[in-house]
Amino acid sequence: MRDFTMPALGADMEAGLLAEWLVQPGDEVKSGDIVCVVETQKGAIEVEIFDDGVIEELVVHPGEEVPVGATLARLDGKAVGAEGAAPTPAVQKAPPPAAAEAGAPTPRTAPAPAKPAPAAAARVAVSPAARRRAAELGIDPETLEGTGIDSSVTLADVEAAARAPMAQRPSVAAEAPDQNVPRKHFDPAAMRQAIAAAMQRSKREIPHYYLGQTIDFAAATDWLAATNADKPPPERLLPAVLLLKATALALAEVPALNGHYVDGAFQPGDGIHVGWVIALRGGGLVAPAILDAAGLALPDLMAGLRDLVQRARTGGLRASELGSGTVTVTSLGERGADSVIGVIYPPQVALVGFGRIATRPWVVDGEVTARPLVGATLAADHRVCDGHLGGLLLAAIDRFLQQPEKL
Amino acid sequence: MTDAERLALIKDVLAGIAPEAADAEIPGDADLREVLDLDSMDFMNFVIGLHERTGVDIPEADYPLLVALDDAIAYLAAKGA
Repeated sequence: MRDFTMPALGADMEAGLLAEWLVQPGDEVKSGDIVCVVETQKGAIEVEIFDDGVIEELVVHPGEEVPVGATLARLDGKAVGAEGAAPTPAVQKAPPPAAAEAGAPTPRTAPAPAKPAPAAAARVAVSPAARRRAAELGIDPETLEGTGIDSSVTLADVEAAARAPMAQRPSVAAEAPDQNVPRKHFDPAAMRQAIAAAMQRSKREIPHYYLGQTIDFAAATDWLAATNADKPPPERLLPAVLLLKATALALAEVPALNGHYVDGAFQPGDGIHVGWVIALRGGGLVAPAILDAAGLALPDLMAGLRDLVQRARTGGLRASELGSGTVTVTSLGERGADSVIGVIYPPQVALVGFGRIATRPWVVDGEVTARPLVGATLAADHRVCDGHLGGLLLAAIDRFLQQPEKL
Repeated sequence: MTDAERLALIKDVLAGIAPEAADAEIPGDADLREVLDLDSMDFMNFVIGLHERTGVDIPEADYPLLVALDDAIAYLAAKGA
């Protein structure tokens, strides 16, 4: 008999609310199966089990909030290690690497106060588009938790509900219709608290140093234009995917910036799992990890990125993606500022930032010429390394971006 | 398709990306990226959505022709959608 416990979905998480079980006692589970949905400050997260066996007992019931590390279910079986935070590849490819225990913060001993399950609103506002779509899908929109203005149910809420595992598993829903807490996106106020907690800890504990380098993005821009020219829209690549891959490859050369700082020492990452910062509509952000990013081909990385952004915004992120980042990358995008001086996400030791790609004067072969440029920055932990090493990372990113065909 | 149908299709695609687009009054000449706060990934999904719904290929070089609603309607019309 072993325990399946509430995973830590990032350094700032203390407790989670069990929203929904996707298994029942007697069900056989295997490693990687999504077994439950947990509501956190970052929204509804699908939690995988990393163990094979048979569910014996569901200890925590939907609507109950329990601290990280608390037993959610007991199971009987053969293997060991029911760690929710163990990474699996975001794009199904390689077998999952060993559990990222370095990333799991020490569970708080004080139990979180039990919160009552959110009560259903008396009258739910539903946007016309949402009502139409809900009718097409056979969903009652008034049972959904709205994320629109004044908690109104929007089209996205209906789409999200249609995609939710509950809807895909009618047997579970039919047998226990009243036990499941309706899934919601996220609560902006709770999200702000989560960001504040992590960033306060970062600014309090981590002696940051910062570096910046302007990178000529002309080779990358030309290569992207040529590569995308003969591809249908769904197969095209965005500049962001080149920035992501170049950073992952550079980290392989400078591994001292890829990992966690735990108990007074640096622990190298068990792979290069790049936390990618995704801004959520309506405020807040999440940084789910793209696992083993350095080993993925650009089309796979692009597909992984699109999938991650989609799920981040509809509440379908998985536990393995939230606790496992070994570094964070933030790309401000085409409407962002020129550069970003980042705040490290503890217990990581580095954050790489990219500003907007903009055409500006640049000197090439002694001549001033117009080039697309991108401002790359690094925020790194002085307890782990010095600026010299950080400079090597930015130089390596620059070098990789000059040969995009090799990425 | 009529222009009204093209507009409805475009707004429907946008609503799948930026939910507020479903009910919003968007001026025909307003930059969609600004009005709806679309990033590059959102805009790519917009192009993919238009492509899937109309079959129009929309090469990257044509992205500047899709800045505003009026532009996008004219573009789809010119492409026979």
